[in-house]
Amino acid sequence: MSDITLTDGVYVRPEFVHKSLGAAGHGEVERRLTWFERISNVEPLRKFSVLILVIVIWQLYTTIWDVHELMFPTFSDTFVALIDSVVNGGLLENVWNSISVLLKGYAIGICIAAVLVVLGVTTRFGDDLLTTLTAMLNPLPAIALLPMAMIWFGLGEDAIIFTLLHSIIWPVALNTHVGFKSVSETLRAVGQNYNLRGVMFIAKILVPAAFPAILTGLRIGWAFAWRTLIAAELVFGGQVQDTSGQLGAEGSNSGGLGWIIFQNQMENQTPYVFAGLFTVIIVGIVIENFVFRNLEDRTVRRWGMQQA
Amino acid sequence: MVGTAANSATVPDIDPILDVSGVTLQYKTKEHLITATYRVDFKVFQSDRFVLLGPSGCGKSTLLKGVAGFMKPVEGTMKLKGNVISRPGPDRVMVFQEFDQLLPWKTVKQNITFALLNGGKCSSRGEADDIAMEYIRKVKLERFENTYPHMLSGGMKQRVAIARGMAMEPDILLMDEPFAALDALTRRQMQEELLQLWEDTKFTVLFVTHSIEEAVIIGSRILILSPHPGQVKAELNAHHLGHENVGETEFMALQERIHKMIFADRVLEDEA
Amino acid sequence: MTESASQDGTTLIRPEIEAGSLKATEQVDVERKLSIVERISNINSVRKLTVLLVLIVLWEAYTKLAEVEELLFPPFSATLITLWDTIQTGELFEKIWITVAILVQGYVAGMVLGAVLLVFAVMSRVGSDFLSTMTAMFQPLPAISLLPLAILWFDLGAPSLIFVTIHSVLWAVALSTHVGFMSVSMTQRMVGQNYGLRGVSYIAKILVPAAFGSILTGMKIGWAFAWRTIIGAELVFGAQSGKGGLGWMIYEKGDNLETTYVFAALFTVIVIGLLVENFLFRNVEMWTINKWGMQR
Repeated sequence: MSDITLTDGVYVRPEFVHKSLGAAGHGEVERRLTWFERISNVEPLRKFSVLILVIVIWQLYTTIWDVHELMFPTFSDTFVALIDSVVNGGLLENVWNSISVLLKGYAIGICIAAVLVVLGVTTRFGDDLLTTLTAMLNPLPAIALLPMAMIWFGLGEDAIIFTLLHSIIWPVALNTHVGFKSVSETLRAVGQNYNLRGVMFIAKILVPAAFPAILTGLRIGWAFAWRTLIAAELVFGGQVQDTSGQLGAEGSNSGGLGWIIFQNQMENQTPYVFAGLFTVIIVGIVIENFVFRNLEDRTVRRWGMQQA
Repeated sequence: MVGTAANSATVPDIDPILDVSGVTLQYKTKEHLITATYRVDFKVFQSDRFVLLGPSGCGKSTLLKGVAGFMKPVEGTMKLKGNVISRPGPDRVMVFQEFDQLLPWKTVKQNITFALLNGGKCSSRGEADDIAMEYIRKVKLERFENTYPHMLSGGMKQRVAIARGMAMEPDILLMDEPFAALDALTRRQMQEELLQLWEDTKFTVLFVTHSIEEAVIIGSRILILSPHPGQVKAELNAHHLGHENVGETEFMALQERIHKMIFADRVLEDEA
Repeated sequence: MTESASQDGTTLIRPEIEAGSLKATEQVDVERKLSIVERISNINSVRKLTVLLVLIVLWEAYTKLAEVEELLFPPFSATLITLWDTIQTGELFEKIWITVAILVQGYVAGMVLGAVLLVFAVMSRVGSDFLSTMTAMFQPLPAISLLPLAILWFDLGAPSLIFVTIHSVLWAVALSTHVGFMSVSMTQRMVGQNYGLRGVSYIAKILVPAAFGSILTGMKIGWAFAWRTIIGAELVFGAQSGKGGLGWMIYEKGDNLETTYVFAALFTVIVIGLLVENFLFRNVEMWTINKWGMQR
């Protein structure tokens, strides 16, 4: 008490410096978490448990309440149906049919988008044309063009590819174009400084600099194309049934995934419908998490360019 | 008039590296046509550390862009070694203020080899690698040769940009306020390193800044521009002044003299 | 100048120069307005409108000159006339109303469901794990592929369409918002807690505004998916049942080879899409993230 003086309204106390800090009496500086805490910090493990839990609840619900298989099959029935369609039902063949159509459309679509974007960055008229076209056609669901495509190309792969093209070109072109335009003046100047012109400039400066936007475009394009494809195959199923009165006019058993879902629903094979949906999910997850995630890890993430 | 240094000797006629005469530069915004510089003349000789100094709006960065070939003058000519400058080229490499001048998708070394290979300095990858390593060592970044730019600090990024520019061994190195976005301590260190590099290789540099102190430290000759539009106000010598002279009378006097020149315009403008 | 230059080591020393007074300001325009043509051609909307007109003229000229069959590719004028006809008979608005009503119901229901899931996800780690697992599962599943099941459960009719629309909105919004919430900076979270915000008010007053950019992105993607799903679902429906909105109109008229009607319906779909994206969402953006300086 007596050490403290009040000087000009401030309580002044004596200074002190500790000579050495004893290590003892501090308690634990660092301790490992318990086994359970550490396990539950592993994210994939937690998510997997959630998945198992959902499946268990599904199985219990459908068996205990005795839900009719036609309305909501049990997980085990769905699983059996999945195995059966892989082994006997030519499911993989249908998956491959869908994917090969999709890949064809995707490849052609990207090429067309690339041409449009190159036109768009080299001339002002090209720029205006591209912005107007993307603004007009991007909001138009590709599937809406299917009836016209069927008139122009008939019932078949060509009509589906035409529809797919439309779902890929606009998001890819739009995102790439916007990405190119927002490449900083500095990077452009650097490219010109080192003698890059025309196509070389686009390939070596604009494309990598706008890669986050391009990747977004490719992803959206894929998502739209995948949805359009399934929808188109469903419409085809209905159309074929509508006009010819019988399924499989597309060529026995290989109309694609959407078509198989439609067909099984028509035959009231609900477990097989579920199995088809499962396959759609799996294909989606594989493409999203393997193809695109990998591409992202190797490019924009490594370069520290990923968007927030 | 003869230079003041003791060991000076008068030299015969020599040709300047860069000859800018009567250059007027204009650019367009969405609504307006702006005159950035008006009939500017200056000459840069071999091994000059030539500084363009002036307040914002004096067109010094525009002038540098003109020399780099990103803009064409509406009147006057700019000649590099006697050839009229008409477009950007690797004989005039530019170092920018912005950190994003490095290509984020290339590592430190790849950024330099990219320049060497595309700029036509090297034809083989091996040769480019060797030169790149040499300059990476010069800017003391050996440990970071395989690092991507986003992992580097601001000062390190500028060092890479400088190494990339110097590796090209251009006729003239153009620097657009390269240290303006750095903190004060890093900036001082970078200035020292730049002068050390100059001592080693005696490259020619055209340096833009708005800091009087930096101009006096870095520059061997300082071109002072007035604002709106940029016109030549004066050309002064500062070759004898560097970091070691900061605070000395001569240094302070030059700084004060430049300050007054720039400040005089400000007063007139405020009155107008 | 060079004769008076001297050499000091390697530095050339030249005499200093100082200019007297500078008079450029009187002789040169420091700043001048561009000419009218230049300024007009700098207006984006004018240039785009011109491009649009050129495209329409080309379309009309091509179909007229090459005498393309109206059944395959009708001229612009015929499309316009049909559009006007359907507007006058009220047929078009009836179709628009059917589609938009289902879309709005599905969109709102999807958003509400998404909000409920998100509240759980923010409150507990199990909720968060559940949400990310579910979005990872269902986000890649095209909503339209659930249509056969929806028809099984709810029969042919509006509920089936609403069901698939919900599905198309829910996961896109939930995923984007969840990611947005998780990337709200620690500083902002601590500020919120510092001022005593907990639970729902913490979500509403800190997380939602801070993550609004992502939420809006999710809503836009959700809209895009929903719009595609509803049109697609009506097409599939058309194939099965034979009544519905715009999508069904496209399907039915295509089936009857009334191509001008298909084009008129496609026009309407584009116009609605443009209105929602460029008017609705653009305005929401302007009033929120642009105003807050948060746009990327």
